[in-house]
Amino acid sequence: MAEVTMRVWRGDASGGDFESYTVAQNEGEVVLDIIHRIQATEAPDLACRWNCKAGKCGSCAAEINGKPRLMCMTRMDQLPEGPVTVTPMKTFPIIRDLVTDVSFNFVQAEKVPALLPPPMPEGGYVMFQEDVQRGQEFRKCIECFMCQDVCHVIRDHEENKTNYAGPRFFIRYAELEMHPLDTNDRRDLVREAMGLGYCNITKCCTEVCPEHIKITDNAIIPLKERVVDAHYDPIAWLGRKIRRRTKRSADDAAVQPAP
Amino acid sequence: MTYEHHEYDVLIIGAGGAGLRAAIEAKQRGLRVGIVTKSLLGKAHTVMAEGGMAAAMGNVYPEDNWMVHFRDTMRGGKYLNNYRMAELHAKESPTRVYELEQWGALFDRTKDGKILQRDFGGHRYARLAHVGDRTGLELIRTLQQKVVSMGTDVFMEHKVLKLVHDANGKVAGCVAYSRPTGEFVTFAAKAIILATGGAGKSWKFTSNSWEGTGDGHAMALWAGAKLIDMECIQFHPTGMVWPLSVRGLLVTEGVRGDGGVLRNSEGRRFMFDYVTPMFRAETAETEEEADKWYDDHSAGRRPPELLPRDEVARAINAEVKAGRGSPHGGVYLDIATRRTPEFIRRRLPSMYHQFMELAGVDITTEPMEIGPTCHYIMGGVQVVADDAATAVAGLFAAGEVAGGMHGANRLGGNSLSDLIVFGKRAGEGAADYIAAGEVAGDMDMSEVEAAVAEALAPFEREEGENPYDIQRDLQEMMQANVGIIRTQSELDYALEQLESFSERVRHIKVKGGRAYNPGWNLATDLPAMLTVCRAVAIGAGLRKESRGGHTREDFPAADAEYGKFNFAHSTNGGNWDSEIVTERSPLLEMPEELKALLEEAK
Repeated sequence: MAEVTMRVWRGDASGGDFESYTVAQNEGEVVLDIIHRIQATEAPDLACRWNCKAGKCGSCAAEINGKPRLMCMTRMDQLPEGPVTVTPMKTFPIIRDLVTDVSFNFVQAEKVPALLPPPMPEGGYVMFQEDVQRGQEFRKCIECFMCQDVCHVIRDHEENKTNYAGPRFFIRYAELEMHPLDTNDRRDLVREAMGLGYCNITKCCTEVCPEHIKITDNAIIPLKERVVDAHYDPIAWLGRKIRRRTKRSADDAAVQPAP
Repeated sequence: MTYEHHEYDVLIIGAGGAGLRAAIEAKQRGLRVGIVTKSLLGKAHTVMAEGGMAAAMGNVYPEDNWMVHFRDTMRGGKYLNNYRMAELHAKESPTRVYELEQWGALFDRTKDGKILQRDFGGHRYARLAHVGDRTGLELIRTLQQKVVSMGTDVFMEHKVLKLVHDANGKVAGCVAYSRPTGEFVTFAAKAIILATGGAGKSWKFTSNSWEGTGDGHAMALWAGAKLIDMECIQFHPTGMVWPLSVRGLLVTEGVRGDGGVLRNSEGRRFMFDYVTPMFRAETAETEEEADKWYDDHSAGRRPPELLPRDEVARAINAEVKAGRGSPHGGVYLDIATRRTPEFIRRRLPSMYHQFMELAGVDITTEPMEIGPTCHYIMGGVQVVADDAATAVAGLFAAGEVAGGMHGANRLGGNSLSDLIVFGKRAGEGAADYIAAGEVAGDMDMSEVEAAVAEALAPFEREEGENPYDIQRDLQEMMQANVGIIRTQSELDYALEQLESFSERVRHIKVKGGRAYNPGWNLATDLPAMLTVCRAVAIGAGLRKESRGGHTREDFPAADAEYGKFNFAHSTNGGNWDSEIVTERSPLLEMPEELKALLEEAK
């Protein structure tokens, strides 16, 4: 049976350091298997998040050899020889060991004005596959928050967190903007409070997405275009003013009762 | 001691499909709602559901309706179901599915723009609303976004230890701890809804995550409610078997619904050899007949690969036992020779991804190796169908933690729809209970103190055992002795063993501090796991017949006498190691018009 040495960051908000563990490694195992083996033997208090162990829940994101990855989908035999380094996501505050405080994302989620559909006709809405397909790509998101972790706007600038939603929420806004049933308008919100302009399209988020969502090309760039059109085109501006009577502002929509 | 304390009208334990749907309903009734979940919001086991949610909308086969769905559910459950739950579920699931679209869900569509429905085992018509093979993710995200937009308090990464009564025995709240800090928290609530999901983590090969430790089942029993049908455990026929590190990981039934077939090492479609008399009349006899059915259900009868899950799992088990298995102890699931690569990648993207990344297998060119995996517990808290009320005033249960809906075996796709139908009903039930005004008084703090002391004991022992060792041994013991095929001597042995596991749990030693300590977290899960395992083993020993998800080698046939009641468990005393008392609880008498539906089907 092969053995592997793992360098795992251990510590909490007050500080920490790497600890090395040498444990068994079997055929086909992923990083999370090795972390679990360390827990079951040497370090039962080693903190890590995980749930499905199948790449579907997005709980076990960490930085493996410096790169954000899901521990459950990273096979040991595809990593280079030698010790494997596992550290928590850098962008979020540490709770303990590999577990970070990702509440930034849940705060952002609360700011998203809900879908505002027209009343449902008898027999359900009619939507065609072509219409739902674009939104479906974004709804594949498993909320691992690795795109948020890797985005330099907040990774390197803590102060931006107050006025920047990040790639995960740009795909959410794009999904709602492209939703066949939505009558809400979030373009001003996205431009102003959500800081879409801070993104300078380096595509780091797209590269780390485990669901292979084309975050930059299919969500952020189209969203930027829509926002710019709405804001700087005088005809669109006028149209928006008029349409406001039927198309509610984001603030109104947030307090709409359930349909 | 003093604790962080919160008060709500309705407290919901669990943030999967049932818990979130219940929260929406209670919020819409204007109540103060809190949700407690062991994980982060959006990570509950619902996210793992793949194939779809069953609802007789008739979008693909207009001849489908609630009566056919009801009949399929009862037959799939081998008639052990709470008929009223099956009836409500069949009638209400279409409305519940359409409602999700108002909240943002984007299902796959038919050519004329309706919600597309797919075939699944045991359902006469294509009935599962779905999004590729990630329907659970769509359900949880839709409900999560709705709950968040309504402004609901969610306590993430909080583990509830025990329900707490008032002086009159009503449920008045619960005691929990925060995983990040390790600090204890008390919640007072007028009504509590259990939506804690399943208990499959006590088996070695399981599709369940670390969370599936049966907390809700156990807490309900401790609080005075009854558990029924605990012996009925679903072993899903198709879990991954290789590599070992992913053994048990689910492979959606959608593979078979979309044309995949099962083959043994000789290449034979062996399911034709395992069609039981109950399903003979509606199942194809030849491969030609079966293959016509996929495109037109009137051109041939159903392929035997789409028999209910219990039947398929037993057949796979028998083939492997007979020496016709695959190299790693499973059989082959083949869609590569039956559908185009484009079709497979479009319909089953997660499966393609999962096998490619974890097993290095390209399912568009090679067969998958699969075998049964512990997936779902049909058994659960005995509830009143209409309002999800348990035997304890103020306590409600919905979703996998509730028993009765699925009888002895659940049909694929009936789980997600169960969550939204009975999640909503539990929210209404709790709201009506509160409106009636007979709610509980203050929490009995001595119950809180006892639960806290028990949770902290593993830190105080000088010596003791690592909880991970106990969990591993428990999983191996349950897999070996209370697995897919059971026999009296093994079940008796399991009960003896469970006594010694209880002794080991009393001597757990935990290292480290209380803040985010998985070893300690596991130590607090083990008491619930043992309570649930005992109830399962007791029920399995008493049910001397084979029915649905309970198969006895020594009693291979169903016995009509056992089809008249559920085994119902309660405790003498409210602790995890209290004695379990079991009685026969007669099935509800079905109205004549529903009986007639089942007669017609025979």
